[in-house]
Amino acid sequence: MSETKKKFLYVNRKAPYGTIYALESLEVVLIGAAFEQHVSLAFIDDGVYQLMDGQDTAAAGMKNFSKTYKALGDYEVRKLYVERESLDERGLKVENLMPVTYEDEDDDYAEKPSLIVVDRAEMSKIIAAQDVVLSF
Amino acid sequence: MRFAIVVNEGPYTHQASDTAYQFARAVLAKGHEIFRVFFYHDGVNNGTRYTVPPQDDRNLQKLWSELAESHKLDLVVCIAAAQRRGILDANEAKRQGKDGDNIAPGFRISGLGQLIEAGIEADRLVVFGD
Repeated sequence: MSETKKKFLYVNRKAPYGTIYALESLEVVLIGAAFEQHVSLAFIDDGVYQLMDGQDTAAAGMKNFSKTYKALGDYEVRKLYVERESLDERGLKVENLMPVTYEDEDDDYAEKPSLIVVDRAEMSKIIAAQDVVLSF
Repeated sequence: MRFAIVVNEGPYTHQASDTAYQFARAVLAKGHEIFRVFFYHDGVNNGTRYTVPPQDDRNLQKLWSELAESHKLDLVVCIAAAQRRGILDANEAKRQGKDGDNIAPGFRISGLGQLIEAGIEADRLVVFGD
């Protein structure tokens, strides 16, 4: 396996379930975790719906994969950037999003939030700072 | 420069595969290298040899297969995405108890690790999608 360590950003732009992009994006993130790269996720446009709390897919007959986001901390994925304007434009608030946390081993395994709300200008800088941007 | 290309949409419904193909040709024409082309989501549908587009239209699968042949390109179809959509090579068809395979010449089926590796090994990874 390569020694190179790059900054990977997975950009999620689509709502879950309506299309398969969100689910298959998560599959890449989970597989990618084995490669020990710097990984973060971005949620923009309808992608912010992926993080909605209380998702229930029973009536749609589809697998509810929203719990996977909460498990990302176990895969060393600790930065989930959420664009503020995308929330605002959809009438969503941070409180509508599911809590996603990670355990900080440098701080007595304290649970810390993984969701980081940033504005559009900051998101632009975050994207520009990456080595690899995979957009879904 | 060393490029990796990701194709996230199937042929004909979206332009992504056409644009990716044109981009690949332009990259090679400029003397650059293509480390890998990775087909994901509906992009795996570019890799079936069973498509029969009208004769006066382009045949994207053939174009990709020919480009792979002439430039020794590595065209990789994601196995998980392929299984959902019925793209199989001979091994997978046997393993899954299916009565035939449909992978096109020059394409191979492999795992998502090949996508991550492409991101690590290439100088630039370019995504073509919706």
